[in-house]
Amino acid sequence: MYLTRTTRIALRIATAVILALGFVPLIVVVVNSFNSDRAFGWPPAGFTLEWWYRAAHNAGLLAALRTSVVVALLSTAVALILGTLAAMSLQRHRFFGREAVSLLVILPIALPGIVTGIALNNAFRTILGVPLSLLTLVVAHATFCVVVVFNNVIARLRRLGGDLEEASMDLGADGFTTFWRVTLPLMRTALLAGGLLAFALSFDEIIVTRFTASQATTTLPIWIMDNLFRPNQAPIVNVVATALVILSIIPIAIAQRLSGDPSGGRV
Amino acid sequence: MRHERFLIRGTALIAVTLLAAACGTSSGDSDGAPAPGASGFTPPKIPQLQQLGAGEGAVSILAWPGYAENGGNDPQVDWVTPFEKQTGCKATVKTFGTSDEAVTLMKTGDYDVVSASGDASLRLIAGGDVAPVNTALVPNYPDVIDFLKDKAWNSVGGQMYGVPHGWGANLLMYRTDKVNPAPTSWSAVFTDAGKYPGKVTAYDSPIYIADAALFLMNTKPELGIKNPYALDTKQLAAAVELLKAQKANVSEYWSDYLKEVQSFKSGNSVIGTTWQVIVNTAVAEKAPVKAVLPDEGSTGWSDTWMVAAASKHPNCAYQWLNWIISPTANAQVAEYFGEAPANKKACDLTTDKSHCDTYHADDAAYAEKVWYWSTPIPQCLDGRTDVQCTDYAAWTRAWTEIKG
Amino acid sequence: MTGNVALPRDGLRRRLSARLTRSPRSRLALLLTAPLLWLGLAYLGALAALLVTALWTTNTFTGEIERVWTLDNLRIVVTDSVYRSVTLRTVGVAALVTVIDAVLAAPVAFFMAKVASPRWQPLLVAAILLPLWASYLVKAYAWRSMFGGGGLIDWAGAPFGIGSPGYGLTATVCTLAYLWFPYMVLPIFAGLERLPDSLLEASGDLGARPGRTLRTVVLPLAFPAVVAGSIFTFSLSLGDYVAVEIVGGTSQFLGNLVYDNIGAANNQPLAAAVGLVPVVVMIVYLFLARRAGALENL
Repeated sequence: MYLTRTTRIALRIATAVILALGFVPLIVVVVNSFNSDRAFGWPPAGFTLEWWYRAAHNAGLLAALRTSVVVALLSTAVALILGTLAAMSLQRHRFFGREAVSLLVILPIALPGIVTGIALNNAFRTILGVPLSLLTLVVAHATFCVVVVFNNVIARLRRLGGDLEEASMDLGADGFTTFWRVTLPLMRTALLAGGLLAFALSFDEIIVTRFTASQATTTLPIWIMDNLFRPNQAPIVNVVATALVILSIIPIAIAQRLSGDPSGGRV
Repeated sequence: MRHERFLIRGTALIAVTLLAAACGTSSGDSDGAPAPGASGFTPPKIPQLQQLGAGEGAVSILAWPGYAENGGNDPQVDWVTPFEKQTGCKATVKTFGTSDEAVTLMKTGDYDVVSASGDASLRLIAGGDVAPVNTALVPNYPDVIDFLKDKAWNSVGGQMYGVPHGWGANLLMYRTDKVNPAPTSWSAVFTDAGKYPGKVTAYDSPIYIADAALFLMNTKPELGIKNPYALDTKQLAAAVELLKAQKANVSEYWSDYLKEVQSFKSGNSVIGTTWQVIVNTAVAEKAPVKAVLPDEGSTGWSDTWMVAAASKHPNCAYQWLNWIISPTANAQVAEYFGEAPANKKACDLTTDKSHCDTYHADDAAYAEKVWYWSTPIPQCLDGRTDVQCTDYAAWTRAWTEIKG
Repeated sequence: MTGNVALPRDGLRRRLSARLTRSPRSRLALLLTAPLLWLGLAYLGALAALLVTALWTTNTFTGEIERVWTLDNLRIVVTDSVYRSVTLRTVGVAALVTVIDAVLAAPVAFFMAKVASPRWQPLLVAAILLPLWASYLVKAYAWRSMFGGGGLIDWAGAPFGIGSPGYGLTATVCTLAYLWFPYMVLPIFAGLERLPDSLLEASGDLGARPGRTLRTVVLPLAFPAVVAGSIFTFSLSLGDYVAVEIVGGTSQFLGNLVYDNIGAANNQPLAAAVGLVPVVVMIVYLFLARRAGALENL
């Protein structure tokens, strides 16, 4: 599309300004992780490394990080299986209620977290009589993570068409072999992108988590909340957020490298 | 700061609800008012422990967040590990967010001890979930401040059902540079709130309605309020009206200490209800604030450690009770949580030597002015039987309406 | 040995595979059973149960739910004016956040998809994704400190005589728009990227100026992507109650009402009744979105 030089420059400036504005709160977080003011006063009262030191020596923080990773990994695994199955059935088959199923997959993320949260809380506690635990949390997270895997896989399947699979079958491979040796490798990067997004979604989730995790299950966002509201512990959470942003460069880079898809997946 | 079960109320909810509870009566029931609740039922007969035996090697603790810290949040804050080392009782700690949750969890029979606020404590006693406590087996009990013993929320008929843990009052905080003269009455945030338009703050919980009721109890005797937690429909409506008028001048409702410290420091709020620990933090951050206990008195909380009737580890449970009110541990909890310790000897061991003075730990006259949190129930806590009182669900609906 | 064991299994596998190949119906059943059981039974079941709870009542003394049928909770939510005004406020803010995000995201996504060089593209995507990893709560508190008296906004605006509007709906809209911005940019970017450049060139060759190409070619084709993004920004805002507690001043949203009733008052039936409001709003929204073809584009 032909764009005038002025249009291009205008677009470039607009993008730069909007992205830069998006980084202002992040910079505030980074600055506050060195701010000696315990209530995040502005401008910063002084420079301190105390919060970084305390974060590095906090066993509860590491335990919460571990819990979050375990929950996110388990939820992602479940979401990968369910999302792939749903995507394959919807892409390959025409059947009654197909539209309803696609709506159903989207529903858990489209409905507000508080609704999903109390619906599952109510189902676990009141209806099933199951005490909340790490497992109930994984069930809840997996439910709303399915959609991101589904989206990535179905988009990939649409692009692929069925030619290669037909060729495989013509050459004598049975359905399972074809899936294992042909379909799955072709979907690998889509699965990776979907999996990463599912992981990220579960990792920072707090609203549904609050309603479906037992008191003993402390994920990182819950640990952050606990500390935000304990005297003299609040500044430490800025350290955690700063460290997370820095660490997140790794998965983002891996996703981009492996998928060759610059978006690193689709939301 | 105690957090509600889902803490989040945005944030955390903190505490209070926490507090939610203390049974309903003022600490000053020396005026001969019937101890409500306590008089309303006969607890099931459950024997108390007669003598201490060897520890069972384990104890399961159900506590408000901040009451049984094991270093998980801050490695510097840990009084559970020393307990384990000293007694050989391996402690597992579970925290709860609301008194309702505490009651539900205690019914599972999985816990040996619980830190109960007033409303929970009476329900637990009535339900036979907790046993009477033989205070003779708790060596530190004699050091507990007298005005905390044998209260309506921790005893029935002179029998203690636990050991007092600590207490605190909801104060009136103000910016010294913006509020002149210094306020002495809650009228500053109610009838006179218009002097600080958009700069008044209030606690974000339905239980804050009791603060308005306490003010009306003093200023509108014709309403006949005798206990801020026992409001009939008409009395509740009057409190709601007062709070709706207040809302026009409210900057924000606060629910966690960080939010309030920030507000007062930045000047977004200049006057409003607070906790002593918030005052201390704000002063440490160089905010020009002071807090007073207004003439009308205030609301507050008082908690009790209780032992499960079905405790599988009663000896370790008693050791925990003794440990948590021991001077060292009680001082640590009180400073960390920001409240008055129950053990007067704890006052010598706080890192801040003025802690007990700041919190009026041994000040009976001060404690007398505090109406401890209590969950409103249909049976009027002030002893009236000719009328139904509004319950907490009604208060929650009213709070929704007030905030609009 | 292994061969012996493997043989029958192999035979079974072959038979099964052949059957699946012949019968798309069994293949579909195999694929769809697990997702349907999970989402259809577990999730929809939980939602349906929520509706049922809204028709029960709670005993406030014991906190137990009593299974006595009543329309009281629904009646309160529908007739009480306070619930109406909170619903309007919540939906209004969610809509405003969505519009702001769409307006801001459109040029960014277009630049990323059609103007930026391939070398810059991944860097820009990373710039969009990075803030997602800083915890939601921490970001919300960062906005709180920015909007506070003497905060960054007052500080940066002072030379121009601009002050912070303080805590309230403005701060809530800004914070939510910031938090959900990436969820709008990424779908639009993905949608535009799939738009072949040749289509735009064709439009130009036929004499359309860029403005016209934008209006008649890009916008209609990108619209479903915008709607897809809006499902995220709208629903995330609709259910939020944490950010509004932090920066919203005295405002309350639907989420706060649900939370207050379940978290503090233990009144799950009323909480469920209030929770049905965003469900109804979202289902209407999803139906409209489906008409716009956005669900295929999510």
